[in-house]
Amino acid sequence: MNSLTDQDLDVSVAMVLRVGVTLAAAVSTLGGALLGTHLLGPLPDYTHFQPGDPGLRSVAGTLQGAINLTPKSVIQLGLLLLIATPVARVAVCVFGFARQRNGLYVAVSTIVLSILVLSFMRSSF
Amino acid sequence: MSVLQFSGLLFGTSLLAGFLGSLTGLGGGVVIVPVLALFFKVDIRYAIGASLVSVIATSSGAAVAYVREGLSNVRIGMFLEVATTVGACFGAYLAAKVSNHWIAIVFGVVLLYSAFASFRQRAKGVPEAAKVENALATRLELTGVYPDPQGGESYTAQRVPLGFGIMFGAGTLSGLLGIGSGAVKVLAMDQAMKLPFKVSTTTSNFMIGVTAAASAGIYLSRGYIDPLIAMPVMLGVLGGSLLGTHVLVKTTVTTLKKVFAVVVVILGCEMIYNGVTGGIR
Repeated sequence: MNSLTDQDLDVSVAMVLRVGVTLAAAVSTLGGALLGTHLLGPLPDYTHFQPGDPGLRSVAGTLQGAINLTPKSVIQLGLLLLIATPVARVAVCVFGFARQRNGLYVAVSTIVLSILVLSFMRSSF
Repeated sequence: MSVLQFSGLLFGTSLLAGFLGSLTGLGGGVVIVPVLALFFKVDIRYAIGASLVSVIATSSGAAVAYVREGLSNVRIGMFLEVATTVGACFGAYLAAKVSNHWIAIVFGVVLLYSAFASFRQRAKGVPEAAKVENALATRLELTGVYPDPQGGESYTAQRVPLGFGIMFGAGTLSGLLGIGSGAVKVLAMDQAMKLPFKVSTTTSNFMIGVTAAASAGIYLSRGYIDPLIAMPVMLGVLGGSLLGTHVLVKTTVTTLKKVFAVVVVILGCEMIYNGVTGGIR
């Protein structure tokens, strides 16, 4: 049961990725549908960059808005799920390498996971 | 233009970009930013935000197909991701410091390189240079077996520090431009580390998503990821690239690839021109 081959690890990783992408696409499409009649409204000015709604620029704000079914927040939640997918992939690898008893690569994948989590914590939680 | 018309146009364009990008191996994300900036007149910061999200989608979406081939190397990928993720954070930091016209110029150069690199000779199997012992690579377990009918051939990574350094650069470009920078990742593995070509491309595909995720949080907090732009682009590129992997039109691919490469070159020149003359600011 301990013999987890590289190929097995690849397969579980691919599963995580497939589920993540499908979920992300479904949630953001739902958000798009929730826009309803707003879809026929005029387009915001995108020719010049403005930072925009702070509620859409953090994980907490997006979750808050998505719970209230605010359409843009639901779309953003889908995009966040997508961004979280490769992070989950690295987490799966940490466990996979642990089962292979490969200490070196438990350490390497933990470093990568920490960089990803830290980058998010510092900027947008 | 209404939101619906804009989203529809974006979705259609991204679908085509994703489809051609996956058929030709150039990646769909690479044309998204220039198309959004030049034709949709969207500020380049929104464009790189949407592109980065679409890059994560295609990398993750294509993984299932790559795993079946059993060519990607999870250890080499993970080790090099240390370099690409740190580079991506640095690149995302730079993106806020550098003005739009510089981003456009660097983008143009990367487009030209990607078009050029897509025509490099791709050797089959394990190159002779990868059969040499390498103490550092062995200690870091940067080795693998290339499956073939005879039961597989071993390969060992060479010039590890050089490959690691180029990967840092690939990560920086990814964070600065919102692209996967697959061409540079393949350069590091295939040219610098002498890994088999197919191992390089499939491992690179896995790495692209993780690299992009490292700068996504920074993009989000700055407001580069606008839901109304990023969603249609992401769904379009994802759908197009999945379609591309399912359609097998082997005979027309070489012609298509030449056409697409010409498009990429034109877009690259356009980006540099607009960056220099101030058309993109």
